[in-house]
Amino acid sequence: MRARLPAIGVNAALALLAVIAVGPLLWMLSVSFMQPGEAAAFPPPLLPARPTLHNYVELFTRNGVGRYLLNSLALAGGTTLLSLLFNLAAGYAFAKLRFRGRDALFRGLLAALVIPAQVAMMPLFLLMKSLGLVNSYAGVVLPGLASVFGIFLVRQYARSIPDELLEAARIDGAGEVRIFFVIVLPLLKPVIATLSILTFLASWNDFMWPLIVLSNQDYQTLPVALASLSREHVMDNELMMAGAVLTVVPVLALFLALQRHYLQGLMLGGVKG
Amino acid sequence: MKRPGAGWSFAAPALIVIGLFFVGPVVAALLLSFTDFDLYALADPHNLRLVGLRNYVDVLQTPLFWQALGNTLYFVGIGVPLSLLVSLGAALLLDSRLARCKPFFRTALFAPVVTTIVAVAVVFRYLFHTRYGLVNYGLGWLGLEPIDWLGDAAWSMPTIILFAVWKNFGYNMIILLAGLQAIPQELHEAARIDGAGSWQRLRHITLPLLAPTLLVVSIITVAGYFQLFAEPYVMTRGGPLQSTTSVLYFMYEEGFKWWNLGRASAIAFLLFVLILAVTSLLLRLSRRWGAA
Repeated sequence: MRARLPAIGVNAALALLAVIAVGPLLWMLSVSFMQPGEAAAFPPPLLPARPTLHNYVELFTRNGVGRYLLNSLALAGGTTLLSLLFNLAAGYAFAKLRFRGRDALFRGLLAALVIPAQVAMMPLFLLMKSLGLVNSYAGVVLPGLASVFGIFLVRQYARSIPDELLEAARIDGAGEVRIFFVIVLPLLKPVIATLSILTFLASWNDFMWPLIVLSNQDYQTLPVALASLSREHVMDNELMMAGAVLTVVPVLALFLALQRHYLQGLMLGGVKG
Repeated sequence: MKRPGAGWSFAAPALIVIGLFFVGPVVAALLLSFTDFDLYALADPHNLRLVGLRNYVDVLQTPLFWQALGNTLYFVGIGVPLSLLVSLGAALLLDSRLARCKPFFRTALFAPVVTTIVAVAVVFRYLFHTRYGLVNYGLGWLGLEPIDWLGDAAWSMPTIILFAVWKNFGYNMIILLAGLQAIPQELHEAARIDGAGSWQRLRHITLPLLAPTLLVVSIITVAGYFQLFAEPYVMTRGGPLQSTTSVLYFMYEEGFKWWNLGRASAIAFLLFVLILAVTSLLLRLSRRWGAA
């Protein structure tokens, strides 16, 4: 009996933490189905008395959320696909191809990791403005096309590719581009999965740069639009919860589906320090 | 047989992007911080003048900058230790042999990390609502008076800290958990045979062996917490009474609300130097402890 007590304690503590972690998300979901005004009551209701889709309908018909959802999907999807190509090629080159200045360059890239992204934002805005890319998809996607972290992740993984394999292909007369697509990419599948989900989530959740470069509502992403909606609709709790659900559910679902790859990336990235 | 240019051509596209959209702008930001770039220069670049260090002097003489700095240090000083403590506690619980359903708990505790900060900030603004929030309802249940969490200058930053800890602890938890799992079981067994209790094993085996991981995690967390922005932007707009205006929030308003891009660049560099100073101090302190 005495040995049981610590086990109960450990699991109770874990259960409490889980309730704290997931509780607000479940409550957000519940309130999003409540009638307008229903949540502004004391004590706060936990479940909707008469569940309704009214808030979601309202968001799509009156607040143009469909547009923001598409923008977010297009921007996160586009950034992910394009940056994958850039980062894979560079990561592979830093791991397996010899070129002059390679190691010094890589050290320089790693050193750049200490610079907070916000330092670049003022000149970046002026650059985008002079290119006419403020309020455009390109203004958001371009700076995200390559990342030091992505290159680092691919390099770590690509180093395990045996040189003999690449040499054999070269002796057989395969060009470097062919080797990359036919031999290297299939071997990099796990890191491709990891990098895709990390990039998609980071770019979906990104806030400050899209806020700066997308002032026109037509191009805004869900987080940016939700921030401005929530400043206008301070009192409409149910509506805002529905907006939060629409923003969070896609990334949460993606994470649950590809959790293993996501956590692996976190481990690989965690040792970078 | 290898063509010598292959490496460069594979690396070049990414390097060009990073050079054009990151390294270049960082250098430009340094230059910009020495100019009086403002709304007039935005309209016509001929209005631009070099002003030397005047932006830095101006910023350092602005009371709001010091308040923003104080707020940010408050957030980092309380938020980082609290967040690390919760992460460590959760990792120890998940690592425990007594814990059941580990994959479920791990996923549940990690879930807040992948959520969108703006969306969950909206949720927390409501959870901490003075009149209708669940948190004040819970306080009332315990017999405590309701607190004006986001409307009271004394409570606004603690509320944002609580939110940030909730949102972020899962990230460090996962990294610390990996560190814990790398500690050989034999060490614990040997200590147990020698009669060491679980508290002694934690102090003399687990924590010393976890120290390198803890150091990495704290440096990443400190650097991240200095970049506080979205939470006050959504939850409090920097208020009440500027009690949640962070350095980055100040920079954003200066740069993109008032269009003083020169001064905003100076603020960004001051923040960068501060982050660098604090993280290298952490690194140096930990080396000294390691040597002792």
